[in-house]
Amino acid sequence: MNTQTSPGPCAVRVVLPPHLRTLAQVGREVEVHVQGPPTQRTVLDALEARYPMLRGTIRDHTTLRRRAFIRFYACEQDLSHEPPDAPLPTEVATGTEPLLVVGAMAGG
Amino acid sequence: MSGVRVLVGTRKGAFILTSDGRREQWEVSGPHFGGWEIYHLKGSPADPSRIYCSQSTGWFGQLIQRSDDGGATWTPVGNEFAYDGVPGTHQWYDGTPHPWEFARVWHLEPSLTDPDTVYAGVEDAALFRSGDGGQTWQELSGLRGHGSGPSWQPGAGGMCLHTILLDPRDPGRILVAISAAGAFRSDDAGKTWRPINRGLESEGIPDPQAEVGHCVHHIAMHPSRPDVLFMQKHWDVMRSDDGGESWREISGDLPTDFGFAIDVHAHEPETVYVIPIKSDSEHYPPEGRLRVYRSRTGGDEWEPLTKGLPQRDCYVNVLRDAMAVDTLEECGLYFGTTGGQVYASADSGDTWAPIVRDLPPVLSVEVQTLP
Repeated sequence: MNTQTSPGPCAVRVVLPPHLRTLAQVGREVEVHVQGPPTQRTVLDALEARYPMLRGTIRDHTTLRRRAFIRFYACEQDLSHEPPDAPLPTEVATGTEPLLVVGAMAGG
Repeated sequence: MSGVRVLVGTRKGAFILTSDGRREQWEVSGPHFGGWEIYHLKGSPADPSRIYCSQSTGWFGQLIQRSDDGGATWTPVGNEFAYDGVPGTHQWYDGTPHPWEFARVWHLEPSLTDPDTVYAGVEDAALFRSGDGGQTWQELSGLRGHGSGPSWQPGAGGMCLHTILLDPRDPGRILVAISAAGAFRSDDAGKTWRPINRGLESEGIPDPQAEVGHCVHHIAMHPSRPDVLFMQKHWDVMRSDDGGESWREISGDLPTDFGFAIDVHAHEPETVYVIPIKSDSEHYPPEGRLRVYRSRTGGDEWEPLTKGLPQRDCYVNVLRDAMAVDTLEECGLYFGTTGGQVYASADSGDTWAPIVRDLPPVLSVEVQTLP
């Protein structure tokens, strides 16, 4: 995994879990545009700006902390515990790989 | 011809059951929001096409959905429930202070007169109001802030505000109930609040007659007599004739006075219904017999209603918001079970039949009487 980032706006691919696809009325994958190096925070900001109905479903409205049973994966790595401002892998920044928003294996 | 629309919230989605006024043939629509917990959905008395729905899961949190066409289509509206100011603490199960944390919306109560105004009772217990059709929510923080909030404790199901009663005679009067804090009343449209638990007695708390701390399960009111309130408490069925200023027990000859649901006949304000549940550790009907009990005397004297209900090997529960009455000339009753059945009676409870038998566990049942 390379965490180098490319300058300028990036088109980041995001894969949503099925319930959030239904909520946002989108397919498996969406693309959002991020200014500067993409991070969890900037990608989610862009995602929520484009799909306001997703606000509060991935991270808390106020604290912006990831909800407990949401995970972020990319490039076969679990990024859930990375700081929200850490750069995402280059493969995500270049659109080669998507950022996966995943509902954790929990619940019933 | 008039008809009814029964709104059913379940552990895995919402269902809408519709029938004409005979209430014999039913059309089932759903699941809406399949896979999500639907704690409650309720229609606006001022505009029956307007329905509000509380949708949540542990994964994705809380959503509020609104329909403007009687449940055919839905739009997600505002889902930010931010406590007013510094939330402070209530008591945790171990007696330590615990910060107020929003978990979910248990109950939505649309205004009697304005389709865009709706109240939300939430866990951790607080009351919110929206005046813009659910787009934004503001806490009526005088309830949590009136003084006793730091002593409130959660019941087994969480510290939820589950009952909201709006007084049709006086728009300033709102009554709410919280497990396990008790009942509270505002006479100024939610600005200030006070406990109204005098007469309640709960053996499960250190002072059985404490001002707060009672596990009220549900309260029902007949719109023609807003001062008469009927309460199913954790144990005990209670009645108030003075808007909650004082309560007296009316359990009478019930086989058990534990239960969750309680409601009042649409046209007979002294006719009350409960569904006795064996105990707080055995959440099923006594003797495996599902019986609705009806009092035509405002309590104390109760008769079992069994025709059409399972009278053996039945071990389901009926939750607090899972019983409703319609306002057709012959009053209809509806209740849903944790076994996924929704039963209906078109004759004030004399006879019953299932509308559906195999839904996910039912959390709530409301009914709209349509012109």
